[in-house]
Amino acid sequence: MITLSHYLIVSAILFCIGLVGVYRRKNLLLLLFSTEILLNAVNIGFAAVSKFYGDLTGQMFAFFIVAVAASEVAVGLGLFIVWYKRRGTLDVDSMQSMHG
Amino acid sequence: MFEAIAFYTFSAVTIAMFTITVMSKNALYAMSALAAGMIMISGFFFLLDADFLGVVQIIVYTGAVMAFYAFGMMFFNTTRLVKENIRAPKLVFLLSGMSALLLVVALVAPIVSDHIEPFYPVVEGVENPQAVGIVLFTKYLVPFELAAVMLLVAMIAGIILAGKKMDESLTLKVDGEDEFQNKGSK
Repeated sequence: MITLSHYLIVSAILFCIGLVGVYRRKNLLLLLFSTEILLNAVNIGFAAVSKFYGDLTGQMFAFFIVAVAASEVAVGLGLFIVWYKRRGTLDVDSMQSMHG
Repeated sequence: MFEAIAFYTFSAVTIAMFTITVMSKNALYAMSALAAGMIMISGFFFLLDADFLGVVQIIVYTGAVMAFYAFGMMFFNTTRLVKENIRAPKLVFLLSGMSALLLVVALVAPIVSDHIEPFYPVVEGVENPQAVGIVLFTKYLVPFELAAVMLLVAMIAGIILAGKKMDESLTLKVDGEDEFQNKGSK
């Protein structure tokens, strides 16, 4: 029998994979992939809670997360294209113009 | 029984795919693995009786977002391997582990208190897409419209950002073939 805990554990594992990606990736495009993993992991958690508590609010929030992810990709990829045209690289380490 | 088999299959494949996405040095492999993982996540949604969410997951993520990534990658040089110098690999896993611990605490805290009651209960005798529509267009109408405006703004921003210097179009020129060859040789 699959319970709520199973789904939440899978969601947490996927979230941790995404976190590892966010911490270790230096390429901006691959960094954006990791954020997609984070958002999807949270979506699984929302859907699971929505089913096991008989409440539709979780699914609603999952929909809005999907909308936010889509617009994030649109704006983020546009910014990356502009950056790549100027610098020729997508490395995070190249974004050190302030030398703080 | 079948639910258990499906659940474990989906979770194993999803975790494997996302690990490839995070660890792979080839951007193309990472993107393909991400797309496969998205499809598998929609399987979770179908298991959880969230049919509409599963369909939206396939259409929006695997259809729109991954296609967008694929088009975006045409602007970047993705054939060579991604070079990343990671200064402290142990620190990465330490930080991730601590964040995971915090996450578990944050997730478990409301379950321990166990006072969760349905805010918008699932309507009896109605299919999932219908129930979603009922709630979405009554209780969540304003956020829904705001999301629509946000998507429009994001679309315009993406077009403006990516479309700079697009006025130097190849197709507007009469001797277009020479231009193509010059571009290709660069």
